[in-house]
Amino acid sequence: MQLLQLVISGIAQGCIYGLIALGFVLIYKATETVSFAQGELMMLGAFGGLAGMSLLGFPYWLSVLGSIAAMALFGMVLERVVIRPILGQPAFSIVMLTIGIGYVARGLITMIPNIGTETHMLPVPYKDEIWHLAGLVLNVEQMVVIGVTGVLCVLLYTLFRYSKLGIAMQAASQNQLAAYYMGIPVKRLNGIAWGLAAAVAAIAGLLLAPITFVHANMGFIGLKAFPAAVVGGFGSLPGAIVGGLIIGIVESLSGFYLPDGFKDTAAYIVVLIMLVVKPNGLFGEKLSKKV
Amino acid sequence: MRFIFKTDYGQDIRLAKHGGHLFWYGALMLVLLLAPWLVQEYWLAQLTFVLIYAIAGLGLMLLAGFTGLFSLGHAAFLGVGAYTQAVLTNMGLPFPLALGCAAGLSAAVGLVVGLPALRVKGIYLGIATLSFGFIVEEVLARWESVTGGNAGIHIKKPDMFGWALDSGEAFYFLCLLITVLATLGILNLLRSPTGRAFVAIRDSEISAQSMGIHLAYYKTLSFALSAALAGIAGALYAHQLQFISPDQFNILQSIDLLLMIVIGGVGSVHGAFLGAIFLITMPQAIAMVKDYLPPTIGQAPGLQGLVYGVVLVAFVLFEPLGLYGRWLKVRTYLQMFPFYRKGMFKRQKSFQKSERLK
Repeated sequence: MQLLQLVISGIAQGCIYGLIALGFVLIYKATETVSFAQGELMMLGAFGGLAGMSLLGFPYWLSVLGSIAAMALFGMVLERVVIRPILGQPAFSIVMLTIGIGYVARGLITMIPNIGTETHMLPVPYKDEIWHLAGLVLNVEQMVVIGVTGVLCVLLYTLFRYSKLGIAMQAASQNQLAAYYMGIPVKRLNGIAWGLAAAVAAIAGLLLAPITFVHANMGFIGLKAFPAAVVGGFGSLPGAIVGGLIIGIVESLSGFYLPDGFKDTAAYIVVLIMLVVKPNGLFGEKLSKKV
Repeated sequence: MRFIFKTDYGQDIRLAKHGGHLFWYGALMLVLLLAPWLVQEYWLAQLTFVLIYAIAGLGLMLLAGFTGLFSLGHAAFLGVGAYTQAVLTNMGLPFPLALGCAAGLSAAVGLVVGLPALRVKGIYLGIATLSFGFIVEEVLARWESVTGGNAGIHIKKPDMFGWALDSGEAFYFLCLLITVLATLGILNLLRSPTGRAFVAIRDSEISAQSMGIHLAYYKTLSFALSAALAGIAGALYAHQLQFISPDQFNILQSIDLLLMIVIGGVGSVHGAFLGAIFLITMPQAIAMVKDYLPPTIGQAPGLQGLVYGVVLVAFVLFEPLGLYGRWLKVRTYLQMFPFYRKGMFKRQKSFQKSERLK
């Protein structure tokens, strides 16, 4: 029973990692760049929800939707203003660029007087509620995380499988030049991919907020989503979620059964083993270049 | 404009290309040698930090700038070096031996980390080194019997076989000596076949491989050398601060090191030094400007992070060659005075190249 309990809390944590990893993968697939600012986008999303609820006094659902929409817009603007000018440059410069964006976002939030340096509680309607189910104590906050992640996965799957936009994005991610020749507006799709990734990050932030509080450094959790993305295979959307779940469960179990210190490093140990054993991840595609 | 008339092949690989180099680097050396009598003690300590960071920067430059493998966990090597030095010095080992051990152990750790580099590349390598950095930080914090855990560890003054270097000046000269040796070593390496192999790997792995360069050997070597330099820098860092704790070697330190070489200019030895100067003087400059800003901005804790972020974004967007690239432009402008054209250093437009296809 205790094991099941641990697994459930691991799954909830893993869903958060998975959602952030989903953002990485969306951007990676669309533009072949890696965004180190994903954690900070998540933090901005959580602060957006907080601002909507406590400063503007909106009801819960409106501020959540508002925050997600605002972050989607922010992601698209970010892509247009800073990412697009250096597309095609080595991956290293884009990594440094997104690290810089992360620094700016964290610095700006910290600079807001009286708000930026504090930790806040997001007043969600389901705060501190608990379900008892067949001897299990289920935290509603965690259940919401799992539920929303599931719904989001179905939505994204439908988008990529059936909608014209999703199929165009798949085409662009497989071969940008060929997609361009077929009349797909690759640049606009890149913008949409960033917007989508920022929106997913905002959802992750809003889901995480009731569990860990909202503060300027919550974006560092994004660093744990990298292992999730790698374990799943960097270019695979279902892989990101599965990788997140694996990391979450391993972390939760090692925190309980292994000595101190393993909880924080479990994710990294798993990813190092993964890179040595199967560098392409669980669902990664293996392609090789023709010279 | 200076034209060098080359009359033998040796001129191509000479370290000082012409008299101007000899003169200016000689002058720089002279100023650095006289620095203890020219500047106050505080600035001398800052200068020592610049030298230490420059050594670490040289190591990272060799790895990221010249071999094209980037490491997001370089602070881990710094940490291994610093802790090795601290533990061995406190056990009574003389400075040169302890320094050798610090460099050796860091290099050994670098070899181990270099192993995944043989199979993965690009962003995967970044994540492997990032993970490794976290693990090392955790080990330093948990292995309390040796490292003192989160409480940190004090380190004695360096001791050269009975001759204690207990003043700031003496330690400065020691750092200067090691920096000069490291720089000459790197410059010498870069004009040797090994250095050329590194650059070839950076430019194209496939063509390097088909020219007969053993990728695994050279990548591992690059990791080991880079880690050894970071270890030396870490050892000096430990002596300079006299107190080290695991949180000095976290991810933020790794990012600082990367920021240093990007702002200095990736792919140039000068860049490591310019970046180190930037990294050390920036907090001072911010502290100076702080008082003139309105208090809501000037006293905000996030100011430094914001400035770092903005500077980093600006450099990546507008000056990918960093401070050294900017200097090259200024120098070319002056040398060719009325004939400088705007497009001379224009960045070439390039297509998105897929990394997924190996």
